[in-house]
Parts: sequence; structure tokens; C-alpha cells
Amino acid sequence: MSTAPTNQPYALHAEDFMAIEEEMGHYADPRAASIGALKIVQKRHGWVPDAAIPAIGRMLGISAADVEGVATFYNLIYRRPVGRYVIKVCDSVACFLTGYEEIGAELRKQLGVGLGETTADGRFTLLPICCLGACDRGPVLMINDETHFGVAPPDIAGLLEQYP
Amino acid sequence: MTADTKPLTYRVNLATPLDLRGYESQEGYAAVRKALKELQPAEVTGLMKAANLRGRGGAGFPTGVKWSLVPMGADAPRHKYVICNADEMEPGTFKDRLLMEGAPHQLVEAMIVAGYAIQASRGYIFLRGEYVLAAKRLERAIEEAKAAGYLGAHVLGSPWSFELFVHSGAGRYIPGEETALINSLEGRRAHPRAKPPFPQIAGLWGKPTVVNNVETLCNVPHIVLRGGEWFRGLSQGKSKDSGTKLYGVSGRVKRPGLWELPFGVTAREILEQHAGGMQAGYNLKCWLPGGASTDFLMPEHLDLAMDFDTIAKAGSRMGTGLLTVVDDSRSILSVVRNLEEFFARESCGWCTPCRDGLPWSVRLLAALERGAGQPGDLETLEQLCRFLGPGRTFCAHAPGAVEPLQSAIKYFRHEFEAGIATPAVQAVA
Repeated sequence: MSTAPTNQPYALHAEDFMAIEEEMGHYADPRAASIGALKIVQKRHGWVPDAAIPAIGRMLGISAADVEGVATFYNLIYRRPVGRYVIKVCDSVACFLTGYEEIGAELRKQLGVGLGETTADGRFTLLPICCLGACDRGPVLMINDETHFGVAPPDIAGLLEQYP
Repeated sequence: MTADTKPLTYRVNLATPLDLRGYESQEGYAAVRKALKELQPAEVTGLMKAANLRGRGGAGFPTGVKWSLVPMGADAPRHKYVICNADEMEPGTFKDRLLMEGAPHQLVEAMIVAGYAIQASRGYIFLRGEYVLAAKRLERAIEEAKAAGYLGAHVLGSPWSFELFVHSGAGRYIPGEETALINSLEGRRAHPRAKPPFPQIAGLWGKPTVVNNVETLCNVPHIVLRGGEWFRGLSQGKSKDSGTKLYGVSGRVKRPGLWELPFGVTAREILEQHAGGMQAGYNLKCWLPGGASTDFLMPEHLDLAMDFDTIAKAGSRMGTGLLTVVDDSRSILSVVRNLEEFFARESCGWCTPCRDGLPWSVRLLAALERGAGQPGDLETLEQLCRFLGPGRTFCAHAPGAVEPLQSAIKYFRHEFEAGIATPAVQAVA
């Protein structure tokens, strides 16, 4: 991951600027919108580009280091490019007991990447995730915002096809 | 299903949750009307005490007591906050998702009543980022409630104003800890804070703040409408604890699921009657009573009442009340290794015992699992259980991580010992 300063100025997209401004209105301190702001920028690019970090900091009145500190703490904020689809596989205990290891192995095999990696065609990134709160329907995984329940290894190929 | 026996879930509809009109036609927002028109804020808190409502997030702290610690009256700070902890991420727990996706207005109503009780100016539903559907449904419910005058300036024409927001998080387990949650809500890394001061005195932005779990809050409107005595009666004498509880089972059982039952039914009833018992070919090895951070219990504990005191007496915690069932196809080492991998990854890194001790436990457990453990490893794990236990760390994360580990050693010591490699194969240089 490159965190080197970049000379390219980053201008927040007008829509994003307004969305962040609205978020700021929800809180007594603009800083509280930092997670929301990172998510708004990430929605546009798929990840949070380096140059967006100081831009968000300027808007919220906090340092770029503070924004980066937040960005690197939370696992749903991506500080490097990810695929068009991010697959998050639950590896917590209930899914472990119902067979996440087989799901994970099948995904690694079909995608040809390990956890934390992106396929060469930029289509999928594979990540582990904490318990998704659907343990009665495990194993569970998410692909972008969609949650899939009761996944079995033979389902994987068909599931991936839904995400071109 | 009726409000009298299953108050939390009788209005749950996962496919199409009730909209404002539908919810109002089933007693929806009647508790807000009653509280604002007939009850003083302190009386609402008094009702929670009379009901003996205890926190459903895992700790079981009495809700009325929590609320009564908030400064009230003319000298109290102008801004106070009520936060719903909707960061459901305790492995094995899947109850709050149902309440939020299936009955979003119930939680919105609960937040308004709780806000009124402590005279909060604002409320936040701290929702985990992955609960996308819940976010959408709660936002919509808030918009509808706002349009109907239940939220905003001068709620129902009263002098009290209240705003409510959904705050969608960005991951990690640690924001489930209430002071880490407050830091996260303030837009910081989710490190826990030292207590005291407790959030009721100095919480969000230093103001008095109450943090309650989703399920806890969803009981509040029903207690306001029907009273403390009714709520105590819901547990049908099965337990000192009152109300109903969302109990669930996951693992290799015939019908994994979630059920609203009288507080204090036995684990056996939940497992055998509701979940249909173990799947063919699998036997019960042990079970976690309420999430990853509770001590394992054994098959002989199944006849215990699932309430706070009974499960505590057996050496565990009821936690969130959702059973994770471990079957006999699994070595205990693999299950505990999985659990400790989770805790190690999710440690926020703030204090040393947790940050360094948890990965160490994972390495030892993985070695034992491969049969490559060294003499002394078991003793090291026991030492870690002490070093990471209550009082040694900043928050409850590491002590929670210790619970499944120490109980696994207690009940399955032979499996740990079997993982130690025999020293005979060591080559002499």
C-alpha cells in the first residue's frame, strides 16, 4: 500500500461534498463524520485514494493523520484498490462449525487468489469478515452489499457468475 | 402470536416490515403517546426498574438503574444522548438483525421513549456497516416517524425535542464495547475509554449518554404500555429475570433458528424442542450459551435455566442467549483456535496483554492442533488465561476471549495434552 504523499490534488466531487456536509449535520463535532466521509468517497472509487485523505481532513477540520488513523482502523474502509466485487466470507465460529473452511477453499480455488487479494482481471477481492449475524443460515458470505446464506461449495460457481 | 406472549416479535415481518400506518394500527407509537402525555421522565425509568429489565447485549445490567444515573432536571447538561448498540457482531449472535429488519418502527419507538426518559436531545442507532437492509429500513422508519411528529422539534406538541440518526459503522468487533462505540461514533479509532467516568455522566462528546442494546430497547415500549408486573409475569416463574428473550441455536442441529421464549427456559428445551436436536450423525460435544466470549458448557448443563444467574453459577455467562452448539466431529482445539483467531484479529491493540497475548494463544493452539505442541504449552495457555483475565486489561475484550479458552482446558484437558509432541523424536546435533 502506498501512503506516500502525492502531488495530485484531489477535489472532492460536488455530490460527495454535499453528502459529507449532510453527514456533518448529524453530529455535534464534524470529526464524527469521518467514517461517513470515508464511506462516501469509497463509494465513488471503490476504495479511498491517498489524496482523498487530506481532502477529507480539510473538510472536517482535522489532520490527514487523524483521517488516516480512522481509515486504517476499520476493515470496511479500503486503502488500496479492490475488485469490482468484494467477497466477504464469514470465518467466525458458527460458520466454522457449518463449513466455512470448505467455502473459503472453494473460493480460493475458483478465483485463484488468497484472502486479501484481488483477481488479475480486477473482478473480485476476497476478504474474511466477522460473524455476519445470520448463524442459523450459515455458512454466510457477502458480495458487495448482498448477503448470501447457507452457501455450499457446489453453489460457488453459480454465485460468482451473478457478478460479471 | 400476540403482544401478550411475544411482544418483541409479534409484529416482525422480514419480507415486508410494517410501515407507519400498519405499525400504528398494532399499538405502534402508543407508548410514545402514553409516556409523553401521562408519565414524567423519571416514571418511565421507574417502570424499567419495576419490570426488572436487564440488558440483553450480554452483560445483564439493569436498564432502569443505568438510566437513573443520568443527571436530570434544570441543572443537567442541555445535550444528552441515547445510543442504541446495534453493532451486533458477537460470533454466534443473530437476534438484533431480526428485530431491525423485521420491525424497524419498534426500535425507533423504543429510542424515542428511552430518549424521553433521560430527556435526551439526540439519539443514534450505531449500526454495523454490514447491516445494509436494516439501515435502509430504519432510515425509512425514521423519516415516517419524523413526518408524523414523533421525532423532531416538540415531539407530539410537547416541550421536548428529539432527533434520531442511524450511524452506520465501518467494521471491527470492538465498537460493540460501549466506550469504544462512543469513540467510534465521535469519528475516532474504536479504542475503549477508562471508566469512570461512566457514559451516563460523561459519554458522547463528554455529555451524559446511555447505551443500550437493540433487544433491550425493544422491550421498553411494551413495559410502558403494560407495566412492570406484566413484564415480570412473562417469564412464567421460570426465572428471577423477567420478560421474554430471543433465544437461538446455530451449529449442526436439525432446525437452527431464533425464538422468542419466556426468560429462563432450559437450554434443553431450546436445543431439543425448538432446534429439533442434533443432526443425524452428530452428537453434542459442548456448547457456548451466548456468544464467542462465554465459557463452554457441557451436555450435562442442558437442564439449566437460560438466565443470567443460573448460567453464571455454572461457571459461564448467558451472554446474548444464543447457543452455539459444537458437535463431536470437531476437535476442541480447532474450535478454540477459530475463536481465538477471531479475538486476536479483533483486538484493537490498545493494551499489551490483549494485543500480544491473543496471537500468542493462537500460535500455541495451532501447534497443539497439529500435534506439534511443546511441553509447557498448556501451562503457558493457562498463564495467558490469567494475564488476559478480568482486571488486567483496559476493556472486556481479552477477558471475554479467555472464557472459551479456560473452559475448553477445564473440560477437554486430554485433547490439549494429546497435542503435545513426544520429545523422543528430537535429533541430536
